[in-house]
Amino acid sequence: MAEKITGAQAMVKCLEEEGVSVVFGYPGVAICPFFNSIYDSKIERVLVRTEQNAGHAASGYARVTGEVGVCVATSGPGATNLITGIATAYADSIPLVAITGQVSSELIGRDVFQEADITGAVESFVKYSYLVKDVKDIPRVFKEAFYIASTGRKGPVLIDMPIDIQNQMLEFEYPKEVSLRTYKPTVKGHAVQIKKVIEALKTAKQPVICVGGGVLLSGAEKEVQEFSAKHSIPVVNTMMGMGVMPSDHPMYFGMVGNNGKAYANLAMNNSDLLIMMGARVADRAISQPDLVTENTVVVHIDVDPAEIGKNMGPSIPLVGDIKHILQDFQKYEFEGDYSQWIAQLQTWKEEKAVKRNPKEGYVDPAEFVRLLSENMEEDGIYVADVGQNQIWSCNYYVMRKGKFLTSGGMGTMGYSIPAAMGAKRGDKTKQVVAVCGDGSFQMSFMELATIRQHNIPIKIIVLKNNYLGMVREYQHYTYSDRYSMVSLDGSPNLEMIAAAYEMPFVRIFDMENIEAKIKDFLALEGSGLMECIIDSYDLVK
Amino acid sequence: MKRIFSVLVENRSGVLCKVAGLFSRRSYNIDSLAVGETEDKSVSVMTIVSSGDERTMEQIEKQLNKKLDIIKVKTFTEENSMCRELMLIKVKYQSGNRSDIIEICNVLNASVLDMSSSSLLIQICDAPEKIELLIKMLTPFGIVELARTGTLSLQKCSENEKAK
Repeated sequence: MAEKITGAQAMVKCLEEEGVSVVFGYPGVAICPFFNSIYDSKIERVLVRTEQNAGHAASGYARVTGEVGVCVATSGPGATNLITGIATAYADSIPLVAITGQVSSELIGRDVFQEADITGAVESFVKYSYLVKDVKDIPRVFKEAFYIASTGRKGPVLIDMPIDIQNQMLEFEYPKEVSLRTYKPTVKGHAVQIKKVIEALKTAKQPVICVGGGVLLSGAEKEVQEFSAKHSIPVVNTMMGMGVMPSDHPMYFGMVGNNGKAYANLAMNNSDLLIMMGARVADRAISQPDLVTENTVVVHIDVDPAEIGKNMGPSIPLVGDIKHILQDFQKYEFEGDYSQWIAQLQTWKEEKAVKRNPKEGYVDPAEFVRLLSENMEEDGIYVADVGQNQIWSCNYYVMRKGKFLTSGGMGTMGYSIPAAMGAKRGDKTKQVVAVCGDGSFQMSFMELATIRQHNIPIKIIVLKNNYLGMVREYQHYTYSDRYSMVSLDGSPNLEMIAAAYEMPFVRIFDMENIEAKIKDFLALEGSGLMECIIDSYDLVK
Repeated sequence: MKRIFSVLVENRSGVLCKVAGLFSRRSYNIDSLAVGETEDKSVSVMTIVSSGDERTMEQIEKQLNKKLDIIKVKTFTEENSMCRELMLIKVKYQSGNRSDIIEICNVLNASVLDMSSSSLLIQICDAPEKIELLIKMLTPFGIVELARTGTLSLQKCSENEKAK
């Protein structure tokens, strides 16, 4: 007979069984039995400064390691604060297990202190959720949660743990396998559909592959790069597909969408065969999908059958894991002649390249992003926040062998600093840089304390324009420069903020000697904060 | 377009809420909903009637299939399935028109369950359009109240069906 342990000890054991090495969290009474038990474990605990950032940090961790990120919060406000982190991960299909404390099970429903119906509240942002009512269910629930989060279309799973259940005793045995009659994700692509795609490629004259975040989640970057190079098929990407293709890949033609490259959109709109891979055709990527399908054969490959046909009716639907499907593609030998098409795309690429006229006396954010990414370590991790900084980052980032992380689906401001922390904790050997605006910085700069406390050496760069620039730009175009609620007057002096957290600080005002300044900043030991003064009225378009 | 989704779900608390939440979150219509246990106590069947365009109907089926508490989704049309609904309806009557009401009930295969000196309680179990017809026929007499179960539906019989 197995030894009896508490529910809280069982929770920790489950995490150990799943190979979890770090949890990001924030305590409270209802989750205290768990934090008491994890004290004896080798699992590292990173104390964030607000629960939302535990979610983002777990997301950064998951995106760098490919493992499930774990975040923990207490009941009530702890749990509700976590929701934005969970929703952000859900929108980008990032595998998370979120654990929340809950009031004692006999008190549930009585609106007691710090009680919130968190499983109800997160229902539309999670892949699945559990409210554990029997201590004996803990091993099965954890096993299932990690399995569900990390398979099929990945995503967050929430486990709500009443405090009395954490304190009850059980005989612990971790299940070896998961058996869910309702959940059998399709991994292998249908052979007939695969053949149809190959046939379509043979007859196509103007094919384009559009890659989304699904390619990264499947770990199929190499397969895409090779497939595209071997058959000379041009590739564009959505924002979540940033980082699939190196910038210097001859078949790479930029990011699509209303904030993307004009030549990438031209490529997509003029293609006669469009192969969507792990992209969900959201409005910011393709605003009028029905126009595209009018004259184009659309192949839609996704692990989630519900994505296929949701926003765009494809000619050839193909359900499965991208990596498996590309491996199947490789079994077919075919040769298409797309040389005229590629020549056309090259011409567009040159003709439609944006010529910016940056204002003298400021840092040009576009050139800055280019120089920064070129001077980062080749396999460094670039975390872009949300706002104008994100669009400049996407359009001017030079991708080599690194990773590019951003909140693409939900567009959650304040993502970059906590996600960068999680990324660094996920791979301590990699250089990690977070790039944000002065708005997004102020949404999460409390995490500078976490960075300091847990010694997480990341570099943070703030593109400061003293405005909520993306909204200001929108008000510029839509409301004839009536700037409402967008001025960031009253913002703190970042040099003093850096000093308060005993972090090295660099401020740059213009482009003079900028590459050397970037190099020096990146070479700093430990973490650092850089402020770039940019033109308040600069536009991403 | 009308579709009938016969959805086998895990018989657990909260599942109805998740399914209903899916419909409201994605603005799908629910024309009717009926829930009950099956021969296997761990499985319930939800019969959901919805209407919308082809793409929406396809999305409903796919989104339902994504839910982890849902075991199986069967989609029927009105042609390939048998649909029944139960309704209880209370109608006012005067001494002069009681036999008119009873005649309507006889024609439409409805039966009188209870009565008082001023009202009749009538039961009908039939296809949804017959129920609508009965309501229409009884409206002029004055409806006191009514309750309907929502549509239940199974696919029509085919040859060589196997028991589970």
